[in-house]
Amino acid sequence: MKENPYTARYSRRDFAKFIGGGLVFCFSSRGLAQAPKGKMPGFGPPAGASDWNAYLRIGADGRVTVFSGKIEMGQANTTALAQMAAEELAVPVDSIDMVMGDTDLCPWDMGTFGSMSVSVYGAALRSAAAEAREILLELGSERLSVPVSELKAENGAVVAGSGKRVAYADLARGEKITRKPARKPAVTTPAEFKVIGQSVERLDGRAKVTGAAKYAGDLRFPGLLYAALVRPPAHGATLRTVDTSEAEKVPGVRVVREEGLVALLAEDPETARLARSKVKAEYEIPDTKVDQKSIFEHLLAKAPQPQSQEKRGDLAEGEKAAVRIFEHAYYNGYGAHAPMEPHTAVARMEGDKLTLWLSTQAPFMAQTQIASQLKPAPGKVRIITPQVGGGFGGKSITSNEALEAARLAVVTGKPVMVAFDRREEFFYDAFRPAAIVKIRSGIDSAGKICLWDYQVYYAGNRSAEQFYDVPHNLMRVYGSWMAAPGVHPFNTGTWRAPGANINVFARESQIDIMAAHLEEDPLEFRLRNTSDARMRRVLEEAARRFGYSPAPAPSRRGIGMACGIDAGSYVAEIAEISVDGGRITVRRITAAQDMGVCVNPKGSVMQMEGCITMGLGYALTEEIEFQGGKILTTNFHQYRIPRFSMLPAIDAFVVKNDALAPQGGGEPAIVPVGGAIANALFDSTGLRVFEMPLTVERVTGAGQTKAH
Amino acid sequence: MKETIRFTLNGKTAAVDVEGDRKLLWVLRTEIGLTGTKYGCGTGICGACTVLVDGATVRSCMADIKGVAGKRVTTIEGLADGKNLHPLQQAFIEHGAVQCGFCTPGMLLNAAALLERNPKLTREEILRGMENNLCRCGAHKRIVEAIESVSRERRG
Ligand code: FES
Ligand code: FES
Repeated sequence: MKENPYTARYSRRDFAKFIGGGLVFCFSSRGLAQAPKGKMPGFGPPAGASDWNAYLRIGADGRVTVFSGKIEMGQANTTALAQMAAEELAVPVDSIDMVMGDTDLCPWDMGTFGSMSVSVYGAALRSAAAEAREILLELGSERLSVPVSELKAENGAVVAGSGKRVAYADLARGEKITRKPARKPAVTTPAEFKVIGQSVERLDGRAKVTGAAKYAGDLRFPGLLYAALVRPPAHGATLRTVDTSEAEKVPGVRVVREEGLVALLAEDPETARLARSKVKAEYEIPDTKVDQKSIFEHLLAKAPQPQSQEKRGDLAEGEKAAVRIFEHAYYNGYGAHAPMEPHTAVARMEGDKLTLWLSTQAPFMAQTQIASQLKPAPGKVRIITPQVGGGFGGKSITSNEALEAARLAVVTGKPVMVAFDRREEFFYDAFRPAAIVKIRSGIDSAGKICLWDYQVYYAGNRSAEQFYDVPHNLMRVYGSWMAAPGVHPFNTGTWRAPGANINVFARESQIDIMAAHLEEDPLEFRLRNTSDARMRRVLEEAARRFGYSPAPAPSRRGIGMACGIDAGSYVAEIAEISVDGGRITVRRITAAQDMGVCVNPKGSVMQMEGCITMGLGYALTEEIEFQGGKILTTNFHQYRIPRFSMLPAIDAFVVKNDALAPQGGGEPAIVPVGGAIANALFDSTGLRVFEMPLTVERVTGAGQTKAH
Repeated sequence: MKETIRFTLNGKTAAVDVEGDRKLLWVLRTEIGLTGTKYGCGTGICGACTVLVDGATVRSCMADIKGVAGKRVTTIEGLADGKNLHPLQQAFIEHGAVQCGFCTPGMLLNAAALLERNPKLTREEILRGMENNLCRCGAHKRIVEAIESVSRERRG
């Protein structure tokens, strides 16, 4: 099985030649890629995007090529998508080649985020592949003179009852198929699955263990120049004077000064960076006082108008029914994505055509942006996405390096690479925004939740939907992860399951506070207050696997749980911790996830484990330090991402639910991590911390803010 | 001043004409074109750039090229024996220890050196020995399991 075999070789010009060799199945992305209800409104190609796109090609050698605008950044969606195509086409999965994230070859796609590769694009791909199978049956019927109703697709061939058969390869005559099959075929049902549901090994494994896998920074072209750009000391700073005379003396260095851009270019990155260090630049830095301590007050003062959502009943009624009201606020500071591969772009101009190899989660969005921002306007922009060394939402928005590389390629006439160093990566990252959640909740005389007044600032509403049975409920959402200019002192954006982590931390802490007040076991309290069958099931399954025995908190055992809904999947997690001098060590985490049909069980569990491990960071250690627009965090010695010493015993598993189409898998299991650990901390110590990460300082200081 | 530096690279002789204080990482990546060795932090913290010099791990982002003169350098491209993967590479694939793959070369070379020194690693020793290699995808659990499986085989 090969991976991205064409991305490096094919241009649009070659596409006709390329498709000449086989059957190409084109489908309308509009018709196929419909987002499931409630997900990503406005999902679909922009006006003007080609509406008739190649999804699949069957070559004269019988190999199937799948074109997907999604990108691979470690989540193994490439493999899951290949499985889905193989299932519908009735071909072995190792006869599939995936071409991903190439704007010249692949159907338009908004971007790889929101855990939608399998649930949304995968659903579209399956319908496309099912239609292709139907057309193959029709072609086979003509060839074999047997009615379609007596034929079936099997192992890469159309087969008649009599045993007569014709291989797909023999049907591949090099025409572009735009016809519709006479009957609309159904996709394969779970009972018939042969490839979906199997733990097929990831397609890119061998390339990644041998160093052969190519990331944007690994591309080499004759004449390639490496650029180092002069960067401001703080966000919002304005360049006043710049002196490049010393830098120009470094042999082999070329200086480019253009509007808003001072770049040093050389044939190797060290020389370029050495030259950069010799540039003298003076900036005017705006006098912004805000820092980690004052940020929450600042944000609350600047809060936009709320949007009211999930309104049920009447809060005043709920208040009347309540025998006890609980009111708390929850906080989380800024967080970095910190993918191991920093943002990288390589740009090359050929005539008026720009090709950009980009470490991005959203190649088509980058294409639109670069095409509109580059001067002179390029005739054509092609984005090719090589392997991406981690994204986590941090590569969904086109960042500086893409346009910088493109501009420098135009000016120099050479291919140019702009690769962030780690300090630039921390500086330009679109951080997970600092956010606040305020909850007023109440319980009635029967110990049922009767009031839920939920306000969330700057995180948005993801995973905040109320699945507990609350008669009087209101959610007010004050802004999302993108705020008006001047609110945050730097860029903010989407961080793995954007906003969901603080929403679940806040809700699940509040739930535990109420359970503790009633001196009721937190699992029992949850089950007694939700009739949502999927949630009850993951809670019960997690408890069973964990070997959970009920006890009200604080039981001094250090066990806590949290649950949530994200990207259509339901997850419950139970954590066991120990606390020593305020330092939390997570001993084990059990996680149960219902994600509908599970396309690749091993891949899904890997994603869950990755989510849980990454989640330890936002829960315990990760925090951006800043002073106004100055980012004080510059590298991994300050920003403590999870390490081997933090690794708990993880037991993650999928709760089977074939009655439901595949749901998201790349993010859901991260959302309960913070809440489960915070609740375990309370269970262990009787102390509650309302601000993540749960650092030693916050845990030891928690005595003063003891809950209820 | 440029000088000619000769060393053994993945079993073959290599020579480069560069300033002696160029970093091994960038000489490998740009002069020689072996791009499997990754840049992650540039300051010796993350381990993405780990290579072996005379069998010991070296953070190539911190190592001057002149320091490897006359020595044996192994990069990820040289870990397999021709077409036959190193047992650790095979185990990383089988155990699903690879996600985005960016930390993988450094993880593999670090683990290879650990096993070379002590073929019978305990889980504790693996955790301690891998502590300074960072992975953002959270593949840690399976990386440990992959190394354990090779260590077990060796223990026989
Ligand atoms: S790049 Fe060398 S240790 Fe991080
Ligand atoms: S697999 Fe992505 S950083 Fe480790």
